[in-house]
Amino acid sequence: MAKHETPLLDELEKGPWPSFVSDIKREAASRAKNEKNVEFQIPAEVCEDLLGVVELSYHEGETHWKHGGIVGVFGYGGGVIGRYCDQPQQFPGVAHFHTMRVNQPSGLYYSTDFLRQLCDLWEFRGSGMTNMHGSTGDIVLLGTTTPQLEEVFHELTHKFETDLGGSGSNLRTPSCCLGMSRCEFACYDTQAICHEFTNVYQDFLHRPAFPYKFKFKFDGCPNCCVASIARSDLSFIGLWRDNIRIDQEAVKAYIGGEIPPNGGAHADRDWGKFDIQKEIIDLCPTKCMWMEGDTLKINDKECNHCMHCINAMPRALRIGEDRGCALLLGAKAPILDGAQMGTLIVPFIKVEPPYDPIHELIEKIFDFWMEEGKNRERVGETMKRFGLAKYLEIMDLKPDPRMIKEPRANPYIFWKEEEVPGGWDRKIEDYRSRHQM
Amino acid sequence: MDEAAARQAIIDGMQAKKGKSKFYFKDLNSMIPEMKTLQVKKLLGQMVNDQILEYWSSGSTTFYGLKGAGKQHSGEGEE
Repeated sequence: MAKHETPLLDELEKGPWPSFVSDIKREAASRAKNEKNVEFQIPAEVCEDLLGVVELSYHEGETHWKHGGIVGVFGYGGGVIGRYCDQPQQFPGVAHFHTMRVNQPSGLYYSTDFLRQLCDLWEFRGSGMTNMHGSTGDIVLLGTTTPQLEEVFHELTHKFETDLGGSGSNLRTPSCCLGMSRCEFACYDTQAICHEFTNVYQDFLHRPAFPYKFKFKFDGCPNCCVASIARSDLSFIGLWRDNIRIDQEAVKAYIGGEIPPNGGAHADRDWGKFDIQKEIIDLCPTKCMWMEGDTLKINDKECNHCMHCINAMPRALRIGEDRGCALLLGAKAPILDGAQMGTLIVPFIKVEPPYDPIHELIEKIFDFWMEEGKNRERVGETMKRFGLAKYLEIMDLKPDPRMIKEPRANPYIFWKEEEVPGGWDRKIEDYRSRHQM
Repeated sequence: MDEAAARQAIIDGMQAKKGKSKFYFKDLNSMIPEMKTLQVKKLLGQMVNDQILEYWSSGSTTFYGLKGAGKQHSGEGEE
């Protein structure tokens, strides 16, 4: 019989969707049985007590967690998030219930052996419950006690050859899409740069000195599979600056129905014959595509890299060959100020090791934000407070029309006197000689 | 300013703020304006390793405190 009655949580097991309650109950039953004779280093009833305390909170409508603390591993200012229960007598299994964030491998590639050993470690020294993956991308190990933190850290660094991830006012664990390892749309090697930046900015990951959190995310193309445009302070979105490559024979094959559109996705019902006009050309956001007879034409200068045509006809249309990425700054979720999407600050930059121009820009971004950012202010809010024009000037970046949605909608750049021939002084007679009225 | 003086300035600055035990990095940075931000970061890291200071993290924000001072775990903003 369950240690705590959980009628409210049981409701969450009804319905067709997966339930975290069922998962926790399964782990609770597994720990109670302990078929592998694990010498649990934290209370065996941790999962039972977790269900109990959550049920109590649902019942009362208030939390029984105390969040935060000094817990961590020696020398690190991140990677461990302290959590305690304020009802330790009633729920001793979760009196300490700290979270550990573990740096995930780039592209989330694991061997089954790695995962099995990680799960074994966490059954032994933690609750056995994980979150694969947290919104930062980390492997999240949920629930352990203070004495286990150093033990787990030692295992992770010595046996698993990985490290803790970021938390608090640190650089957060960089994350990337799986990029060139499996995706033909990748415009740069996201895994390589993600791994490199994780190492280069290691000290910012573990030793907090920022006003608040800072996230890098690397998307190989504008499909944005890791949602960098919405979730990262500095977003890297793969792009090409030449032309989309067209295989006209394959275009004809799509039109003729020999190749299924969208890589064969959405095939569970009959959508009718593929209509290139309706499904591709009319949906182009910049209207830069048209058919001339049976030949597809694209005015690439107008293309805004929305990816729709390439996603729909991947065998006919391919990304260009002059590839790099755009950099967008300041996306964030709504904590202090409202939610923001990233603002384009570099329309195109090559992404090639050793990434020197990118490092130079990052150094400027960090320096300025650490100097001028207010406590708990994200870099996007600092940029907004100073204004885009001023911020670009400080970053030594040239304003570019691509940074705004449309001309004259946002007078974000003002001329300075030294930039105008003749400055602000003018002779009205001279002006009137050309403008009588 | 040499390192010993900088360390002392931080300790004195933290002790002078009565009723406050957790500090943002920026608060400590401003106690030694002669030092560059990255140098202060390094110094604070060393002071944590020397167990003079300790980190306090809510999970989203990290503070520095004198070791053992103030509450060791509680709700964020609860002093």
